[in-house]
Amino acid sequence: MTCDEKNRLSGPDFSEALYSLIRRTACDLPEDVEQALKRACDHEAPNSTAQKVLSLFLENVGLARKKQIPLCQDTGLPLFFIRHPSGLSRQTIEKACADAVARATREQFLRPNAVDPVTARNSGNCVGAGIPGVYCEEGDGEALSVALMLKGGGSENVGRQYSLPDDALRAGRDPEGVRRVVLDAVRRAEGKGCAPGILGVCIGGDRGSGYLHSKHQLLRPLEDANPDPVLADLEKRILNDANRLGIGPLGLGGETTLLGVKIGALHRHPACYFVTVTYMCWECRRREIRIETDGTWRFL
Amino acid sequence: MIELNIPISEDRILSLHAGDAVAISGIATTGRDAAHKYMVERLIEAKGPLSKEDRCLYDELKTIYRGGAIYHCGPIVRKSDERWSIVSAGPTTSIREEGYEDKVIAAFGLRLVIGKGGMGPRTLAACRAHKAVYVHAIGGAGVTSAEAMVEVLDVFKMEEFGLPEAFWKIRFRLFPGIVTMDAHGRSLHAELAEQFDERLARILG
Repeated sequence: MTCDEKNRLSGPDFSEALYSLIRRTACDLPEDVEQALKRACDHEAPNSTAQKVLSLFLENVGLARKKQIPLCQDTGLPLFFIRHPSGLSRQTIEKACADAVARATREQFLRPNAVDPVTARNSGNCVGAGIPGVYCEEGDGEALSVALMLKGGGSENVGRQYSLPDDALRAGRDPEGVRRVVLDAVRRAEGKGCAPGILGVCIGGDRGSGYLHSKHQLLRPLEDANPDPVLADLEKRILNDANRLGIGPLGLGGETTLLGVKIGALHRHPACYFVTVTYMCWECRRREIRIETDGTWRFL
Repeated sequence: MIELNIPISEDRILSLHAGDAVAISGIATTGRDAAHKYMVERLIEAKGPLSKEDRCLYDELKTIYRGGAIYHCGPIVRKSDERWSIVSAGPTTSIREEGYEDKVIAAFGLRLVIGKGGMGPRTLAACRAHKAVYVHAIGGAGVTSAEAMVEVLDVFKMEEFGLPEAFWKIRFRLFPGIVTMDAHGRSLHAELAEQFDERLARILG
């Protein structure tokens, strides 16, 4: 890679691309999620609370897109997942992300969501230690892609990590054990994570990697199929079971408790068997852009 | 749809039941984590005499909350031409205030607690004792909620708490929600939770 190509990250085009990515992610719900909400709305009993709540969701989605206003006041933690060619400076990438976040916050597309836990002071620009989250991975070829997830705090609070075996839940170290603990997480979340949610699950890994990998799963489109047949089957079973719990939109009762379940796996230490669940609210805000070597970019 | 205008009388609250759809109008404030901690620890249960600033705010909040409402919300706000407006402002999860809300209801005479996700037995008992209800707003509906928050009248503790956590004094017009905890001791959340447990037990076998 030439020096010029590396510099595509520090140029004005890259900042503009990141800013546009944030803006669209905050205001425009992805098509697959909106379609899933529409199907759920049709599926719920006519005039039920669940159906009314889902139509209010869809009204909000339409209005946010039309007026270019953030869908939810909690624009969450901005998490950037970046695949880059070899040789790019991560420091440059991180700075560009932080600058774009600060600009989007100044323009009210993000809420200032970075609070110092020691002094209780809000940094005011949504930038702080560890915020935004920037996760880089070196990919093949020259393509540079940036996926952004805006992860709300209410749904983040209902995520859970289990260490199997779990006697109380009668969960052993097998797919059935995973099913049992994941359904426990859904039950405990009730409506508090803004149901109907989407689950990102990681089987294995350590306490840190488990959470990160579970978030990676949330970047997958709702309609995709897991290439691993065991995980694909587990995803279907958990989704089906969760939607029989009756939790429904916002936990006020109904048929739609989850819109999707996405499971990944990481190798584990022989002593450890973690199942990590990240709950994404119904407003699953994620978008991805691809930036070419000449600096042009587009939404994927 | 039942219209509620702040200030709200005890009789009006007693006429409400879990499951009722309501639309709220009048002056209220937002208040979430920092606000609740502050109200309980530094105003209601203050160890010594209040500073002049705290005394002033305490009096102001008493005036707003008597027969009134608090909204669990950390809005996105915009300032243009020296005037604040609300951009996006759906509810935040209420259960984090469970340790504080009963004291706040009792101290101020609140009639409405607005948020999402429901609250626990302490708040339910306070609703019954002091004649208040919990109103569930539409989680995630930042834009439609903001449309019912028509005017920003003032803001308190903005510097100390930051924009999302400040008390925003706002004029509400037909703000929509559903009563899920009433003053008769009924909580839809508690009732539904029993159903969820039964169903989960059946699914897990």
